[in-house]
Amino acid sequence: MTTTQNTPVDNGVAVAHLLGARDAFTETPEAGHFTWRATSDWITGSKATMTVSDYFGLGAEQQHPQPHSVTTDHPTVFGATDHGPSAPELILMGLAGCLTAGIASVAQNWGIALNSVKADVEGDMDLSGILGADPDVRNGFSAIRVRYTIEADADRADVEAVVAQSQKRSAVYDIITNPTSVVVEVN
Amino acid sequence: MRTDVAVIGAGQAGLATSRNLADRSIDHVVLERGQVANSWRTERWDSLRLLTPNWLSRLPGWTYDGSDPDGFMSKDDFVDHLERYRRSFGAPVQTETAVESVQKTSGGFRLRTSQGEIDARAIVIASGANSTPRIPAIAGDLPPCVRQLQAMHYRNVDQIEDGGVLVVGASASGAQIADELARAGRDVTMAVGNHTRIPRRYRGQDTFAWLERSGILDDPWVDEPDIAKSRRAPSLQLVGTDDARDLDLNALTAVGVRLVGRLVGTSGTNLQFSGSLANAIASADQRMHRLLTRIDRAADRAEVDVPEDRPPPTLLPAPCLHGNHSEFSTIIWATGFRPNYPWLSRHLLDRRGAIVHDGGVMKDPGMFVLGLPFLRRRKSGFIAGAGCDATELMQPLQAHLETTHEL
Repeated sequence: MTTTQNTPVDNGVAVAHLLGARDAFTETPEAGHFTWRATSDWITGSKATMTVSDYFGLGAEQQHPQPHSVTTDHPTVFGATDHGPSAPELILMGLAGCLTAGIASVAQNWGIALNSVKADVEGDMDLSGILGADPDVRNGFSAIRVRYTIEADADRADVEAVVAQSQKRSAVYDIITNPTSVVVEVN
Repeated sequence: MRTDVAVIGAGQAGLATSRNLADRSIDHVVLERGQVANSWRTERWDSLRLLTPNWLSRLPGWTYDGSDPDGFMSKDDFVDHLERYRRSFGAPVQTETAVESVQKTSGGFRLRTSQGEIDARAIVIASGANSTPRIPAIAGDLPPCVRQLQAMHYRNVDQIEDGGVLVVGASASGAQIADELARAGRDVTMAVGNHTRIPRRYRGQDTFAWLERSGILDDPWVDEPDIAKSRRAPSLQLVGTDDARDLDLNALTAVGVRLVGRLVGTSGTNLQFSGSLANAIASADQRMHRLLTRIDRAADRAEVDVPEDRPPPTLLPAPCLHGNHSEFSTIIWATGFRPNYPWLSRHLLDRRGAIVHDGGVMKDPGMFVLGLPFLRRRKSGFIAGAGCDATELMQPLQAHLETTHEL
């Protein structure tokens, strides 16, 4: 990277913490093995509440300071109550959240101060897939577009490099662009 | 047999080490599993030419003396180049001698080889970085009707059955093989992950001339912010041809190669390609422009009056996320190499099996390694770089010999 500033940049990211963790995981790779968990509880109709409260990481059970919940629902055009984002919209939110956190971290590590980072995310979906109307149409997104508007103390090339690097280090970007084995069972 | 230094491998790095040792009258032997320049003889395809210009094939006490310094040697010419280098100073190469183990002894090291034991006070490992292919686990999920071939076993188009070919990997080997097959009229798809785009020529010169003039080839390893990452950098998308043409993704698209994302999985009869191709392409273009900006600074200092002819952006192909097995009769793995040192003690290796070293100095005193990417400088993985590294490592090697007793 060409951009480095003499004064330390603070985007509010604990970069030293992250770099320390990376070094630690090089020494003891097991510490980097995390398991994230969520629970889900159906309410009624297409509505359900998902909660995260604990996870495994750094070789031990860990707790969020308090549980976090999101209620998903379907939109009114489906005849639903629209009391929360749809699950696919939650995926788009997750992608933007992951990329944005990555942008803040990479920028700070490279000495780039951020003033504002806004993203517009779009995902195209043909509902013929999930409704079973056309077997050739996939259920999921056929394409996702993310457009960032970033104000930073850096030139355009450096901002583009930060955005490219954040994609390379993003969990959700990887989750969406690459296949994952999924097993669903019934107790 | 006893000697002061056992050099393992008689390629460019091993011979450059031998030349340095001979210049200092240090007793040594060069152990070679096959013949001089073995991997160049046995693990390269027929049409292969170096991607570095001839003038960059210099080694300690040996420069290119042919008529075309800006041309690109064929692999046979390069084998000859190294063979003549060996003869020029009578390097003590013991061919057909595979090292089976290296053990520490009270006075140094004992090497067990296919031709008996050798005791040495110091060891230089120059066995190369490109001998054991890294094949993704997905290879095991493919049906037997798809023929699998490693890039190092590819020889020529005639060897490839009719039908579609999937080349996995877009670095030098993958791009060159995809290009050769597509030009021969084959139906070629190339799976593209992280890659290094660089134009063959820039501002009127071969880009390697600029990389040398700007000092980029000599960037020292100690200045790299993330040396592990620099050492993993994919090889350059370049080919050495008489017309000095580019071998970037646009050039491959132009000869009919279909580009898809990294091969990431299988599902039923489908191969799955990553949706991350756009970012792999954007990142490679960005890195290329950062490199050319460094070159521009050197060119401007030298008051070069040739415009900045930056290559155009890489065209993003239409998304393609899967292909059926039946589309491909052959898959060629051009997915790089992995370290493979079963004859070395585990404590000298990291958890991926690569040699742990500081600029070529290994963990155990008296052990050195050469010829790996970015070992001591950006050009360490190129022929001329191996020579420079060999010369620099003489200082710690001689210091070690001075502190130990003759065997």
